[in-house]
Amino acid sequence: MVETILFVLAAAGALAGAVTVVLARNPIYSAVGLLGTLFSVAVLYVVQLAHLVAAVQVIVYAGAVMTLFLFVIMLIGVDKEEKREENLPRQRLWVGAVAGVIILFAAGVAVFGDFAWVPAATGPVDQEATNGTVQAIAEPLFTDWVLAFEATALLLTIAAAGAVVLAMFRRKRN
Amino acid sequence: MIDLLWLVIALPLGGAAFLHFFGRYVREPLSGWLASAAIGTAFFIAAIAAVPFFQGEAEPSTIPIWEWMPALGANFELLWDPLAALMTLVVTGVGTLIHVFAIGYMHGDERFHRFFTNLNLFAASMLTLVLAGNYAMLFLGWELVGLCSYLLIGFWHTRPTAAAAAKKAFVVNRIGDLGFMIGLMVVFATFSTFSYSGIFERAGEELTGGLATAIGLLFLVGAAGKSAQIPLYVWLPDAMEGPTPVSALIHAATMVTAGVYVIARSAPIYEFTPFASTVVASVGALTAIWAASIALAQRDIKKVLAYSTISQLGFMFLAVGATAYVAGIFHLMTHAFFKALLFLGAGSVIHAMSDEQDMHRMGGLFRKMPVTAVTMAIGALALAGIPPLAGFWSKDEILAADFARGGWFYFLWIIGLITALLTAFYITRLWVLVFLGEPRWEEKAHPHESPRVMTLPLIALAALSFVGGLVNTPFRLTLEHFLEPSFEGVHIQHATDDWLTLAILAGLSILAAAAGAGAGYLAYRRPPERWRRFEDSFEPLWGTWEQAYGVDDLYGLTLVTPGRRLAEAAAFSFDAGVVDGAVNGVGRVVRGMGDWIRPLQTGFVRNYGVLFLAGAVVVVAWLVAGGS
Amino acid sequence: MVDVGWYMALAAALFLIGALGMLLRRNALVMFMCIELMLNAVNLTLISAGRALNDLDGQVAVFFILVVAAAEVVVGLAIIVAIFRRRATASVDELSELRG
Repeated sequence: MVETILFVLAAAGALAGAVTVVLARNPIYSAVGLLGTLFSVAVLYVVQLAHLVAAVQVIVYAGAVMTLFLFVIMLIGVDKEEKREENLPRQRLWVGAVAGVIILFAAGVAVFGDFAWVPAATGPVDQEATNGTVQAIAEPLFTDWVLAFEATALLLTIAAAGAVVLAMFRRKRN
Repeated sequence: MIDLLWLVIALPLGGAAFLHFFGRYVREPLSGWLASAAIGTAFFIAAIAAVPFFQGEAEPSTIPIWEWMPALGANFELLWDPLAALMTLVVTGVGTLIHVFAIGYMHGDERFHRFFTNLNLFAASMLTLVLAGNYAMLFLGWELVGLCSYLLIGFWHTRPTAAAAAKKAFVVNRIGDLGFMIGLMVVFATFSTFSYSGIFERAGEELTGGLATAIGLLFLVGAAGKSAQIPLYVWLPDAMEGPTPVSALIHAATMVTAGVYVIARSAPIYEFTPFASTVVASVGALTAIWAASIALAQRDIKKVLAYSTISQLGFMFLAVGATAYVAGIFHLMTHAFFKALLFLGAGSVIHAMSDEQDMHRMGGLFRKMPVTAVTMAIGALALAGIPPLAGFWSKDEILAADFARGGWFYFLWIIGLITALLTAFYITRLWVLVFLGEPRWEEKAHPHESPRVMTLPLIALAALSFVGGLVNTPFRLTLEHFLEPSFEGVHIQHATDDWLTLAILAGLSILAAAAGAGAGYLAYRRPPERWRRFEDSFEPLWGTWEQAYGVDDLYGLTLVTPGRRLAEAAAFSFDAGVVDGAVNGVGRVVRGMGDWIRPLQTGFVRNYGVLFLAGAVVVVAWLVAGGS
Repeated sequence: MVDVGWYMALAAALFLIGALGMLLRRNALVMFMCIELMLNAVNLTLISAGRALNDLDGQVAVFFILVVAAAEVVVGLAIIVAIFRRRATASVDELSELRG
């Protein structure tokens, strides 16, 4: 029962934030909308016992990444709005048509069809097995996935170096 | 000594390699002496290795050196039998004398060491050819001597005529080589090996029907190219553009006899095709009289000798075609002696006259250069066939063998006899025009006897031309017994045993030779106006002979010009139009497709995004629908 | 206990919104945020499916996606800044030099 209430609230927040991201004319509002979605999704993680991931979501995403976004928005200028005229008028029609088809199809399947979202799902959820505490996540992370873990370290190093190189961009002197 | 036989090839090859890389550091005469020493040593090794054959107790043996393509029977292996031994001795012996002569002749040439590099390389190639134990290696040598011939004809490559002559020799030889190559392929297709022993042992079983005739005729095409027979002889007269020692070594004594050697070597194949043999003999006889008649009217001293060489090679073909292989090889040997002598003598004369080759501007040189005159007289008499000089014995043996063969060969015998008469005439004309009569050269020419390094080889060759014929006389057939192991199981045409017939035949050929020589002497001993009128009285025949029957013009009109047209059409119409058009067309099609498909790249990220998403939707739809 | 299907439907809706924003907006920053939306949608499916399957690997995978997303944000924002400093615009439609 608690889960149902939390799910409805969080889902509503996530969707509202997402719609704000897309529709807001000012990027600042988009960023705030995204922030809302990230928090709502974090709530959904907690509901599903993914404690560590939820914490990381809040600390890294909502904390660090969104700060970075806002910083760049401020750097580039908040007052710049998108132009009204569309360079690709047909794109809107196309995207609208595709989206409409997908929505209709998905709704049709969800409502009328006997659609298994997770076909291999096995009965009731085992609270013990899926309790995503730090200890529980750490064990597979440092055993089965240790190679991928090391690779992410390399990836982050490269990303940091790449960011520094791009930031060193200077206009050529005449 | 037979274990060291590879040195016979390796020494001149090493000499060539050394002179090629270090020749420029060796002073002028020394590089020539080094080259001469290389081939001279080869001669001594070959001579010692040949001793068992002279004693008549050794069997032919094959000496493997290196496995090249064992599956094809094509290895580097030397076949050491009397035939190869004789050829090796001729090549190295005459070659050494010519090398020494060239030291004097090429004196002062700025590419002196380069000349000896090529000369040594030629010797190595020719020895590869004659010592080869299979047809593949023989062909290797065959092509290498062609290359060396090209290099040496065009030695003075700054002269346009020399460059053109070298090219002509090369191209004409290609035609012959094509025939030879096809012949070799037929041989390989039949026997699945290139090895002599493998082929000759099974010749009787495999060569059925027209196969032997086909091989024989294809080999004849190759031999006709290399040995300058009708219709491929046209390169040899032009080859006289090369230095005279080259003419003596390559275009008289050794390389041009390769065709005769190949036919003699292939005797076990010709054994099964009397038809091909008869064709060989007929081509030889026709070439002999054809070239002899042209030689009558030439003014250039080297041209006379060139046509004479073609004519004498015709004699050799006449012999091997009549299956008188021993007579052919015998004539090959004596011809190597006296024709090398005549060429070197001509070289001595040309050297003395400061590169004058026109006999009309010579005359009276006997007193200026007696050694050359006397040695050349010996060579001339040997060529004319005056006994007891070398040429008489070999030529007479050929004619007697043809007579003994009978039938169609009676006709060839008559041609040979007439050719002998013409030969005696033109060589006497040459000698008289050069050495007798009043001097017709300008005073500043200052002819002089050549240095000893040139005259000594002349004397040596004169001695060989004098006594060389005695190795195979009807009274004592030494050479025939010597060569017997090489022609085991092959029918060899002999002269008749009947002494009276033999004497009559000999008498006839002596008569022809004497008549020719006498007529030549009487006609040209007179003052120039008289012999000029004598030549004019033969018009228009004499002019035709002087123009060599216009064969060069005929070939130019019928072969060279259409060939050039074809090449131009291929280059400027076919290649530029069709081939280039196809290549450019492919490019144009690709470019057109690029132009057509290019708008897909709009440069708008969101466009790409739509396509991306559409692709993702398709994939997901496929997965949802059941996948796989 | 909410059925896993609802989580999936929510994730699908978030993904679709993100994709539409990605395709319709021209501001590079907003497009970037839409990408983040889509990534979050995917993360949600992984968590939900992992729970339904009684498996922790789903959460581990999300952990990696978070790392990759962080790296991507760093580089992507650096590129946007670099472009802005050169062109003084954040609109992707004005960056079409690579058209065919």
